[in-house]
Amino acid sequence: MRRAGVQHKPVNPLRDPQDRRLPKIAGPGGLVIFGVTGDLSRKKLMPAVYDLANRGLLPPGFGLVGFARREWHDQDFTQIVHDAIKEHARTPFREEVWRQLAAGFRFVPGDFNDDLAFDQLRQTIADLDEVRGTGGNHAFYLSIPPRFFPDVVGQLKEHGLADPRNDGSWRRVVVEKPFGHDLQSARELNAVVSEVFPPESVFRIDHYLGKETVQNMLAMRFANAMFEPIWNSNYVDHVQITMAEDIGIGGRAGYYDGIGAARDVIQNHLLQLMALIAMEEPTSFDARSLRIEKQKVLAAVHLPRRLDLGTARGQYAGGWQGGAEVAGYTDEADIPADSRTETYAAIALGIDTRRWAGVPFYLRTGKRLGRRVTEVAVVFKRAPHLPFNDTETEELGQNALVIRVQPDEGVTLRFGAKVPGTAMEIRDVNMDFAYGGSFVESSPEAYERLILDVLLGEPPLFPQHEEVELSWQILDPVVEHWAKKGSPEPYPAGTWGPPSADKMLARDGRAWRRP
Amino acid sequence: MRINLTDTNAGAIAAELVRGRRRAGSPAMGMVLTLIVVVDEKQADDALAAAEEASKEHPARILGVIIGSRQPASQVDAEIRIGAGTTGETVLLWLRGEVTGHSESVVTPLLLADSPVVVWWPSRAPDDPAAEPLGALAQRRITDAAGAPRQKQQAMSTQCRHYSPGNTDLAWTRITGWRAMLAAALDQHPAKVTAASVRAERVSPSADLLAAWLTARLRVPVERNTSRGPGITQVVMRTGDGEIRIERPDGVLASLTLPGQPDRPVALKRRSVAELLAEELRRLDPDEIYEQTVASMVKIEKQKAKD
Repeated sequence: MRRAGVQHKPVNPLRDPQDRRLPKIAGPGGLVIFGVTGDLSRKKLMPAVYDLANRGLLPPGFGLVGFARREWHDQDFTQIVHDAIKEHARTPFREEVWRQLAAGFRFVPGDFNDDLAFDQLRQTIADLDEVRGTGGNHAFYLSIPPRFFPDVVGQLKEHGLADPRNDGSWRRVVVEKPFGHDLQSARELNAVVSEVFPPESVFRIDHYLGKETVQNMLAMRFANAMFEPIWNSNYVDHVQITMAEDIGIGGRAGYYDGIGAARDVIQNHLLQLMALIAMEEPTSFDARSLRIEKQKVLAAVHLPRRLDLGTARGQYAGGWQGGAEVAGYTDEADIPADSRTETYAAIALGIDTRRWAGVPFYLRTGKRLGRRVTEVAVVFKRAPHLPFNDTETEELGQNALVIRVQPDEGVTLRFGAKVPGTAMEIRDVNMDFAYGGSFVESSPEAYERLILDVLLGEPPLFPQHEEVELSWQILDPVVEHWAKKGSPEPYPAGTWGPPSADKMLARDGRAWRRP
Repeated sequence: MRINLTDTNAGAIAAELVRGRRRAGSPAMGMVLTLIVVVDEKQADDALAAAEEASKEHPARILGVIIGSRQPASQVDAEIRIGAGTTGETVLLWLRGEVTGHSESVVTPLLLADSPVVVWWPSRAPDDPAAEPLGALAQRRITDAAGAPRQKQQAMSTQCRHYSPGNTDLAWTRITGWRAMLAAALDQHPAKVTAASVRAERVSPSADLLAAWLTARLRVPVERNTSRGPGITQVVMRTGDGEIRIERPDGVLASLTLPGQPDRPVALKRRSVAELLAEELRRLDPDEIYEQTVASMVKIEKQKAKD
């Protein structure tokens, strides 16, 4: 039954909520990428655009405009995109999809302070509206260092690129993490962007934390009856959230040095994961309700009373990792020999709510650790009474529920089972669930979801600036404390971090999981 | 790993599956459904390859039921494939003799506990899949009118007449791309459609379904015209200020025309059976829109018979 007069838009007779085969295809629109020559753009954005088109989710009239300081023509740009897609796209290369896309590629050469270039950009966009039918809808993807934001955003405003036409079309902006490097800079950055774009037109992406992962986590927590009753301080002993990388800083010296692991990863990624794990059930799963719950958790976080005992930091030294000899942090190219930047950071946090009082959340991240893994381990209290003797349960650890974020996304449940035989002996076993064997074409990359959300105008699950500011409020005192305390403790590459991190947990009578 | 069992039964096959899994170190297997593929010897290889490809997206236990001749003594042979290239487990069952009439007895003990069951007939399908014993085991019954050895058009109308909830046909899956594009076109150009037409090869169950769907949704007369193909070549929706038209002359790249807007190329490739199957397995509840379309098709055919 259709209710006449309720909706302003005429109802599309070909659409039906029950017809779930039909995907939401974004309306006409275009994407303008600043910093299109960067790694991210070639390895992630361009392939994501192609993968979306290949899955039939991009509108027929789609425009992709590259903006960078290169003497390129449209053909050169097209060739670059072509190569990037061939190398990095998730789905197979199809000529017809390529042809659909390639007709909408444009390139604008210029600097961020070059008025002529922005004039040309406006011209190009108008031309796309004309030829491709992008309908005046354009998203600007700022794949550039934050210090250029004011320039670019200012230019967009000055050249009238930020304001939609008066016909219901839209202009949106996508900002990459890091969202500042402390509370103050985050606020400044936000001021710059929000002066030009309204909050609902600003999309912040944390590419570590895809929407798919967030939704998987929400589904696990709130679609099931058996987890929620034990999801509190009565049963949970502590929570460990880990994001470990096996790589070093690679070519990111310029960005990384002076920023460090805590600002790079804990501020956004780990605190977001923590908020998702710890939050109360939102009243609905729209972006707003979700944000409210996450903000409540972040606002209730408290730091350890003694920052020297409740935090740990390290810096990788040279060593062997995965069969190859690797350089220490200070030996990497473009890193000063006396750099005090931490490449490993761990923090113990508490959450002052009835649900979590007394349950520590241990967050750790690092580069050049044992292996690449991101996971959340909820470790449960021991049974209050064990009707077995000590030798029987010698090998029984604490029950744990591990949410594996990557690689091999899934859930592991760890519990005790009897070892077969006449003797009573209990040992830990794993029960594993993986999100499917190897999902061929269906598990979209974080960037695909994001670009689609931007084009559809769906409010993203990514944090808005309140959350970003709350996260900095948590982290700022820690980073300031470290700044006063000299150099971080070295740890050999390929190990699980500095001894002080182990001591930090040992003081609480706990130990890090080996992920 | 492949294990062959000759002249066997379901119990022995089930035991071998457990053993095979244990030999592989009891890896975690997140199999989400049992997919029964009913084929004859000739199509078996292609069909199973497609099923295994689809099982990469939907880890499944695949039971290939290969119906042999009904003549000699009753015998069940089996081949079990675990690991190596498959995400789940595949069992091929060769049935001949009397047991070909009782294939459900072989399959029942091999279904995954508690998980949905899907039956797929890649080629010849029973007239009423839900009434067939194998079909009755399943939540989802997938036929393929275009895969019928002959009289595809008739195969489609037979399926339409015997629809019951849980049935679908790959002819329907094949037009998802068209339907999505048409719906998106109407999103972009929201105008009242006054008439429509579908142009396709003379025999094309998919084109017939598309026309039936448009008839049901738009409630306007929909012409079904003939072209030389491949498949569907053109769909037009007439509106007050011009035509919404999608044209696909080569079966690969289409072009979309909207009134007052530039023409745009649209990739609209005909998909492989594996991709179609993967789409089918994404949702296992009855497809209400297919039900509407099928009803519309039956109505159109009745009307035609009257004229």
